[in-house]
Amino acid sequence: MMNALDRRGFLKAASLPCFAACSGALIGARLAAPLFASPAAENDEPFIREAKFYEKLPYKKVKCKLCPRECVIDDQERGYCGVRENRGGTYFTLVHSRVVTAHIDPIEKKPFFHFLPGAVAFSLATAGCNVNCKMCQNWEISQVRPEQVRSTYVPPDKLTGYARENRCPVIAYTYSEPVVFAEYVLDGAEAARAEGIRSVVVSGGYIQADPLKNLSAHVDAIKIDLKAYSEKFYKEVVNGELKHVLEALVTLRKTGVWNEIVYLVVPTLNDTDGEFQGLARWVKSELGPDVPLHFSRFHPEYLLKNLPPTPIETLERAKAIADAEGLHYVYIGNVPGHPAESTYCPHCRKKIVDRTGYTINGVYLRHGKCQFCQTTIPGVWS
Amino acid sequence: MLKPPAKPTRRSFLGTSLGGAVWALNLGGNCAAASPSTASEAGRSRVVVARDAKVRSAGSNFDSAQVAKLLDRALQASFNVDSPGEGWKRVVWPGEVVGLKVNCLGGRGNATHPELVEAITERLREAGITEIIIWERQNSDLEHARFKIVERGSGLRCFGNDALGFEDDLSIFGQAGSRLCQTLTRVCDAVINLPVLKDHGIAGVTLSLKSMFGAIHNPNKYHTNAGDPYVADVNMLAPIRQKVRLHICDGLNAQYEGGPSYMPQWMWPFNGLLVARDPVALDYVGWKIIEKKRAEAGMKPLGELKREPTYIATAADAEHRLGTCDPKRIEQVEI
Repeated sequence: MMNALDRRGFLKAASLPCFAACSGALIGARLAAPLFASPAAENDEPFIREAKFYEKLPYKKVKCKLCPRECVIDDQERGYCGVRENRGGTYFTLVHSRVVTAHIDPIEKKPFFHFLPGAVAFSLATAGCNVNCKMCQNWEISQVRPEQVRSTYVPPDKLTGYARENRCPVIAYTYSEPVVFAEYVLDGAEAARAEGIRSVVVSGGYIQADPLKNLSAHVDAIKIDLKAYSEKFYKEVVNGELKHVLEALVTLRKTGVWNEIVYLVVPTLNDTDGEFQGLARWVKSELGPDVPLHFSRFHPEYLLKNLPPTPIETLERAKAIADAEGLHYVYIGNVPGHPAESTYCPHCRKKIVDRTGYTINGVYLRHGKCQFCQTTIPGVWS
Repeated sequence: MLKPPAKPTRRSFLGTSLGGAVWALNLGGNCAAASPSTASEAGRSRVVVARDAKVRSAGSNFDSAQVAKLLDRALQASFNVDSPGEGWKRVVWPGEVVGLKVNCLGGRGNATHPELVEAITERLREAGITEIIIWERQNSDLEHARFKIVERGSGLRCFGNDALGFEDDLSIFGQAGSRLCQTLTRVCDAVINLPVLKDHGIAGVTLSLKSMFGAIHNPNKYHTNAGDPYVADVNMLAPIRQKVRLHICDGLNAQYEGGPSYMPQWMWPFNGLLVARDPVALDYVGWKIIEKKRAEAGMKPLGELKREPTYIATAADAEHRLGTCDPKRIEQVEI
């Protein structure tokens, strides 16, 4: 069966165990409230929409124009993401409104540290991803085809309704890779905006410029997981190319939509001083010093279970290098209680958002300015 | 060249069967050792290319009886035995559940032919097999290729991976980390792989090795770099390595361009089957057949189009040892 949940079904489902992996942050997994648990969909029809970003080629082939791969796809075949299919020369997304997991998360879990501190986000995902990171924490939903995981039909109006019922001012498209369900994000964000609910996206940033600009016009913030600052890492660990993500970050910055960057520090693979320094210099020169940069702690998962968690000293070294390069907001993530979870005014150095894990202990801002020295702090604060 | 068939003794019969199992477990020290010695001249992998225009009846249809005869000749030659039944007895044991992995992506026009599957099913029954499962990625793939879905009961069943699903745990080798379908891991004792002789727009060709992408949950992740090393790595996953015992490539119709989708303008009536226990050797021979046809049609070699199937050589390298792609170690038998 596959139906949009009514209120009773929704509440009943909320008491059931989560059937999909939660976000990478361990503390967050305890906080998360599982919202959906339904039988697998019996047919694909409700989820199928013609894709927005592709071109038709001779012999019923199509070329996907959503991400930099530009998959050329034969009839009856799917692209690298596994959630878009060529049917007779027309390209379809198979995951519109096809939600495989949903939770109410603190916005800090995404993480967004300069976007409505303390807000809760109705957070959801469909199946699929357009890269294959060996350290993926959510591979059970990101690295599968939609028919291989249980799903629930949640059209945009229902999604907005769930957010409102749960007093979530934000809807977050997260966990897997929202780029591959871009059509759903666009429709969902449009419906949410009409209801005064904001939308944020958590993405690997592997997306072409046009769909990214389109997305940016509809949502309120985008967090990019920059996996490394080396092409070698992207080739060997991500199965992608760094240059495309850097281009996307620049495009994103130009759109003006709020963005933050997360860099998951993986021991021995992307944790050299040179990489941290190169990253920080690039961010400062291409995006500016005010883009928040989060160095997050890796935990062994998926195909990298052989590596240990990131030593905290490594994260502190990364932060020190980025601070020294002149970035204003450098954070350490997935280390609950670390002082670098909090936000400090770059001018007076006083703590202006006090955090412990995902808990907000205090916000010392007034109209987006440090209440101690009146320095404007970039972000979306209200 | 084909040697005169020798009558197997009970000892040689057991020896060959065990030999096949040892090979499947990949205990051989090199490519030559990895080849089933009983099926070829010493140290060489035998690939039988059996062709007969009589398989084709009126129009685009095939004559089931003639297809069965061609299959019999191919099996007999492949195992160098007096009768095809003796060949089948070296592949399967009575009481085993045998899977027939068909390739149906090309739909009605370019999939494993039901006429061939029917003939194999008949011979398996004669060899004492009572449980046979025809399987592929999805039920819909099978239906498009004229197979009827039968998920329940016993005897002959036919279903896609969507019927039983995949293992929760990943199987990992090299660059491949995949969930394997439970039809392979939990139901089948042995598998006979039935790919199609055809071109592939990304991986160059899709024959024995690549057809096993139908056993994993994430084939879409493994097409970069023309499938190298992913195709070889997937075939190293233990259940595939251990259970796939024979490869019969359906070349009744073949396709030299535009694959894996069905493109009638690039099909040709090959009227044949390729049979081998060594998937690497079969793929090498099949690849060269396609290249030859491409050259005859004035098309560029796959290498010039950046889709040479280099995964075939990778499958033969020291890390994989799935077979041989050295022409000197391949005994190509044409009948």
